[in-house]
Amino acid sequence: MLKILKYSFYDLMRSRWSYVYFLFYLALGFVLLFLNNDVSKAVITLMNVIIVLVPLIGTIFGVMYYYDSKEFTELLLAQPLKRSSIFLGQYLGVACSLTLSLVLGLGIPFLLYGLFKSDVIFDFSLLLVTGAFLTLIFTAIAFNIAISNENKIKGFGYAVLAWLFLAVIYDGLFLMSLIIFEEYPLDSFSLAATMLNPIDLSRTLILLKLDISALLGYTGAVFKQFFGTNQGLIIAILMLILWTVLPVWRLVYKSKKKDF
Amino acid sequence: MKHLSGLLVFLMLISGHTLSAKTISVCASCSVKSIKSGIEIADAFDTLLIKKGTYKEFNILINKPLTLLGDKFPVIDGEDQGEIIRIASDNVTIDGLFIINVGTSYTSDYAAIRVVKSENFLIQNVVLEKLFFGIYLEKSNNGRVYHNKIIGDAVDEYNSGNGIQLWYSKNVEVDRNIVQGVRDGIYLEFSDNITINNNISTNNLRYGLHFMFSNDDIYTNNTFENNGAGVAVMFSKRIKMVGNTFKKNWGAAAFGMLLKEINDAEIYGNTFEENTIGINIEGSNRIQYKNNNFIKNGWAIKVLGACYTNTFSKNNFLYNSFDISYNSKLNDNVFDQNYWSNYTGYDLDKNGIGDVPYRPVKLFSYIVNRTPETIVLLRSLFMDIIDFSEKVSPVFTPDNLLDANPLMKRTI
Repeated sequence: MLKILKYSFYDLMRSRWSYVYFLFYLALGFVLLFLNNDVSKAVITLMNVIIVLVPLIGTIFGVMYYYDSKEFTELLLAQPLKRSSIFLGQYLGVACSLTLSLVLGLGIPFLLYGLFKSDVIFDFSLLLVTGAFLTLIFTAIAFNIAISNENKIKGFGYAVLAWLFLAVIYDGLFLMSLIIFEEYPLDSFSLAATMLNPIDLSRTLILLKLDISALLGYTGAVFKQFFGTNQGLIIAILMLILWTVLPVWRLVYKSKKKDF
Repeated sequence: MKHLSGLLVFLMLISGHTLSAKTISVCASCSVKSIKSGIEIADAFDTLLIKKGTYKEFNILINKPLTLLGDKFPVIDGEDQGEIIRIASDNVTIDGLFIINVGTSYTSDYAAIRVVKSENFLIQNVVLEKLFFGIYLEKSNNGRVYHNKIIGDAVDEYNSGNGIQLWYSKNVEVDRNIVQGVRDGIYLEFSDNITINNNISTNNLRYGLHFMFSNDDIYTNNTFENNGAGVAVMFSKRIKMVGNTFKKNWGAAAFGMLLKEINDAEIYGNTFEENTIGINIEGSNRIQYKNNNFIKNGWAIKVLGACYTNTFSKNNFLYNSFDISYNSKLNDNVFDQNYWSNYTGYDLDKNGIGDVPYRPVKLFSYIVNRTPETIVLLRSLFMDIIDFSEKVSPVFTPDNLLDANPLMKRTI
């Protein structure tokens, strides 16, 4: 598996897309810091970018890579190799190179602008951790979609739709249901609904650091317990891990069953 | 002026009464062993020098002009019996005492030091611990409460008292005190012309500072941090609030500052940082907000109806989750030349003022007012999209509520 991982990783490095991605984040980081001159404001803007762009790029990249390397995969399948290690290796290769581009691309400008001297270092590292998680999750989702659809157009369509749903439509439905059922106690529901969407989950994780004073304005006891203590942070991170493990598990399961 | 009159009194004390004034030492091995007997034998304008030691006394009544001077913080232990010192005479000075164990009662407000209908008092360098009420001024004017430390251990609101309480008192100066762990740090009721400067009021159960029916007061350079509900200014007129810091008041009913039925106040140069609500305004009119900093609050300003002709100018709104929240569609308040960190406009003519007006009320804050649970959707892409559409064409928020001249750089 490690060999395939290494191969996929270097393949991506050679294909320059990783560099483009890396340079994009590098430029973004520098421009944000240059325009804002204030690390804490840049972190807020960056949060918006991370919870929208990172999933999108992870999805598109994952689907693209899977379809692109399909012939190579079939070649590998003919070898005496475990199926799970072929697909896991490819998945990890893509996810790791994307994560690396993200972490380095954003980390370098912030380091140069004196991140260690500012007190937002914890917020920033949390941002990078959620970014990494989102990459892992959405690449896995993309691989899942691709492995289930032979048709490229269909696969792309579903992948984009999945992103659109989780990034925008889900929140819209969520808001509607909160407003329609506003007569009922909703705090458990709204926390549960947040847990069921990785993008909302990462957003909440960052909110716990950035907007804690606003979040504590709400009276519900469940909210208070969740946001007021470290419990919220721990649960959210556990859920993110679960969100990573589940699609990866399905990928392995599906790859064993699939008839190539 | 107040300083001058204090000085005059002091000079008179020295010059006019030096012949008669004497110093009586109180200590375990002296001829006078208790503070009470010391007060009994003292004549007016004498000084009681209380030496280091523990004095188990309560209900000490000072009924003549005396100076109680503690030497190296003698301890007066009330043993939870009741009130400890009552001042019922003009020109009394209390300096350098350590008072502990004030009795708790549900029927009378026992205080460590109570001043009743007296003038020209001075209470300074006093340390109070394990108290019910700390320093209680009752119908007493022209005094000074200076550099005291009040450390309570209050747990419940119903059986705890206030640190410094002023009731029907006028022209009092409360300066450089540290109050923590009581119900209300500093409480004013029916007290006019009070000056409250340089105090630090933290970790109190209810309010750091609480005004009720008190007019023409000034408070400057105080720090209020992590109090149950911040600072409340209610039913008062012409209050000046300058250069104070309100910090970390978190909770469902916590504010940096609560203004209720306040008219003609001036709020200049204060800092509101990391509060759930920076300023909560109800029924307050003709208030000037200028040069204040609102940093990282949940809501910088929450306006709850019936607030007219208020002016907000030259303030900095930095990284608040919501800048302004309104619960009505009417607006009669003016926002002008503030700096908003959320402003996204441009300044083509380079005059330092943004060319596009800024709308501080977001649709989302309106939704959160209606359905509080929606707060979990804060900063989501969907919310940004509907906020944007509301910004382009306001439907739910007052359409004349805008800052026509948003600043491009923060003011100092």
